[in-house]
Amino acid sequence: MKVVKDKVVIALTGNDAVAEAMRQVNPDVVAAYPITPQTELMHKFADYVADGDVKTEFVLVESEHSAMSAAVGASAAGARVMTATSANGLALMWEIVYIAASTRLPIVMALVNRALSAPINIHCDHSDAMGARDAGWIQLFSENSQEAYDNAIQAVKIAEDRDVLLPVMNCLDGFILSHTLEPVELVPDKFVTDFIGEFQPVHNLLDSDNPTTFGPLDFHDYYFEHKIPQIEAMKRAPAVIERVGAEFAKATGRAYGLLEKYRTGDAERIVIAMGSTCGTAKAVVDVLREKGEKVGLLKIRSFRPFPCRQVREALAGAKAVGVLDRAVSFGSQGGPLAIEIRSALYDNVKVPVKGYIYGLGGRDMPGECVEQAFEELKRVAADGKSSDENGFLGVRE
Amino acid sequence: MKAKGWKELAIGGRIDEAGNAEDFETGSWRTFKPVRDESKCTNCLLCWIYCPDSAIAVKDGKIKGIDYEHCKGCGICAEVCPPKIKAIEMVQEGKVKEEEQE
Repeated sequence: MKVVKDKVVIALTGNDAVAEAMRQVNPDVVAAYPITPQTELMHKFADYVADGDVKTEFVLVESEHSAMSAAVGASAAGARVMTATSANGLALMWEIVYIAASTRLPIVMALVNRALSAPINIHCDHSDAMGARDAGWIQLFSENSQEAYDNAIQAVKIAEDRDVLLPVMNCLDGFILSHTLEPVELVPDKFVTDFIGEFQPVHNLLDSDNPTTFGPLDFHDYYFEHKIPQIEAMKRAPAVIERVGAEFAKATGRAYGLLEKYRTGDAERIVIAMGSTCGTAKAVVDVLREKGEKVGLLKIRSFRPFPCRQVREALAGAKAVGVLDRAVSFGSQGGPLAIEIRSALYDNVKVPVKGYIYGLGGRDMPGECVEQAFEELKRVAADGKSSDENGFLGVRE
Repeated sequence: MKAKGWKELAIGGRIDEAGNAEDFETGSWRTFKPVRDESKCTNCLLCWIYCPDSAIAVKDGKIKGIDYEHCKGCGICAEVCPPKIKAIEMVQEGKVKEEEQE
């Protein structure tokens, strides 16, 4: 039986790191269907089930629609539930993704980010997560496997907080993180058990002394009223995400908030990104800082809820901002992240923003591309005008 | 019944009171209305057993009538009424049977 008693650093892929977190969480129910690049995550977790390392009821379903349906049913029955998927799998579970959030079920799902078809592509971009941004789930993005592991543990505590009670998507970049070995520091099993505590559902379907109905019909007379508490829960979530992050930092030394400011204090040009590209951007920032350039990175960890106020504060002194989007919102004024940033800044902070689409379908995002963005931001800063300019990084003409 | 505000509702669209479907009148959904001929009815109660909306009113083992506030007009009662009896007929709403008019 696998037991981690003390903090230990081992080499893990992103998928294995999340599976390890799931072993330590020991959820009551996991329902999943394989899809690249999430498959190895569930392979690893299935090993833990088969070896008796967890007491989880592992439900093998016939599709992702069924995976999320089983997760919803189990969660409504009072179980702590986790699952994982990618891209087209998320697309297939779409209907139930909304139902999980609207029914206020604190399910935690690893989303191993992959491009949506067509053309069919198994590699990383954020089109899957961005498509689900309005489903009512909390969405956390990880820069590396360590964060994917840490976020998996924190996600359980955030989701189940009585002020929140919303499902959480733990997003990690497919292949770039999911299949790459990195040193990951594990926390002891007992720490995880104590940190998340025992799941106490507000109501559950199996409590026959207090019968309750989940998922009834709602017409024009009540549907609107049922949406407001969802909005309110999302408003309370930022404080909980920060509190859980601070508590986690106390034990591990790894601090987590809604976003991370990397050398932005006196930065004139700031690039904003999510996921593994933040690691690349940090390296570029360091190189340019060596040359005396005032540049910085703003990493968004929580895309939903979106930290508008904190973004404004972080960008208040900037002269130009570049937003890196690993997804397209066709027909809009920029990628999903650029839209959020512009919306957060409007009427509050006057700084020109340039949006960039990069890395679609797993296209590599080398440091040179980030450098190119920083270089172009010199001109954007000189123009000084608020712009709705959008560009691309790393695509052939 | 005064409609509740969002602050008064259980979260997640849950309903905590059991058996509340009775408070929701679905009679207006009907296109066809079951009309029962009391003279033919043998009170076998098959319609009462099958009715998905508990809309067959029964007292002391005898059918007292049909609850048109909740009957959605699915026609199952007419379908299960034994062929030799046929005490329930589905009539289009608004077209009342001739004998009833008399």
